Amino acid sequence: MSAEQILFILVGVVILGSALMVVTTRKLIHAALWLVVTLFGVAVLFTLLRANFLAVIQVVVYIGAIAILFIFAVMLTRREQMEKGRQTRPNWWIPALLGALILTGLVVLILNLPGAERTALALPEGLDPVRALGSALVSPKAYVLPFEVASVLMLAALVGAVYVATVDKK
Amino acid sequence: MSIPLSWYLILAATLFCIGLYGVLSRKNAIAILLGVELMLNAVNVNLVAFWRYLNPAEMAGQAFAVIVFAVAAAEVAVGLALIISVYRRQKTVVADEIDLMKW
Repeated sequence: MSAEQILFILVGVVILGSALMVVTTRKLIHAALWLVVTLFGVAVLFTLLRANFLAVIQVVVYIGAIAILFIFAVMLTRREQMEKGRQTRPNWWIPALLGALILTGLVVLILNLPGAERTALALPEGLDPVRALGSALVSPKAYVLPFEVASVLMLAALVGAVYVATVDKK
Repeated sequence: MSIPLSWYLILAATLFCIGLYGVLSRKNAIAILLGVELMLNAVNVNLVAFWRYLNPAEMAGQAFAVIVFAVAAAEVAVGLALIISVYRRQKTVVADEIDLMKW
């Protein structure tokens, strides 16, 4: 076993363990904090895959913005329901069974996938992934249209979120 | 020896299924959104792994991962705004009790 594989297994255990805590812990604020751990583990995976820019974005956008937004939402809606009584539906075993079934199916599919055992290709000579990603996102031959659509979506979401969350004074 | 592709795919599949369980089993609307985040992250791991293992010269995988980031941020912003707005009117964040539009 190489050092890379040992690191992957450690990170994988952290990711899956903290993800299980996110969906099972009773205190919602703890669930949000466990989500931060999961997101950080995924950032480490991105680094292992040499997607350094995405690892930075994962930390800045996911942990810095989305997770903090979750923590604020938990704090703003705290009093009523939190922490007393059960946090899952009475028939929680149906989702658990469904998840286990889908997971089994996916694992069987992945193990039979042609080329599933391939190892990473060497990055092409002289390729700077950050530069390549940047020019792919704004090049008309590549992904400028999805990129612009995403920015319109962000604007719409921003305006919508402000409109929905504003207190209407009657 | 480096990591085979199937390890990433199995990890992402497991993360996705954990998120799915969270979405379907939780009562609290914010906890449901937390599950959705886990599922989106699993998708991102897959996208980046395929970029690295199949065609690192094309940036398709990373570009789509960036789009998924943007969509996730938009989804969380609107979702949490809706939950806070519902909480103000109904004093609840339990998904079952939010039945304003149910006839």
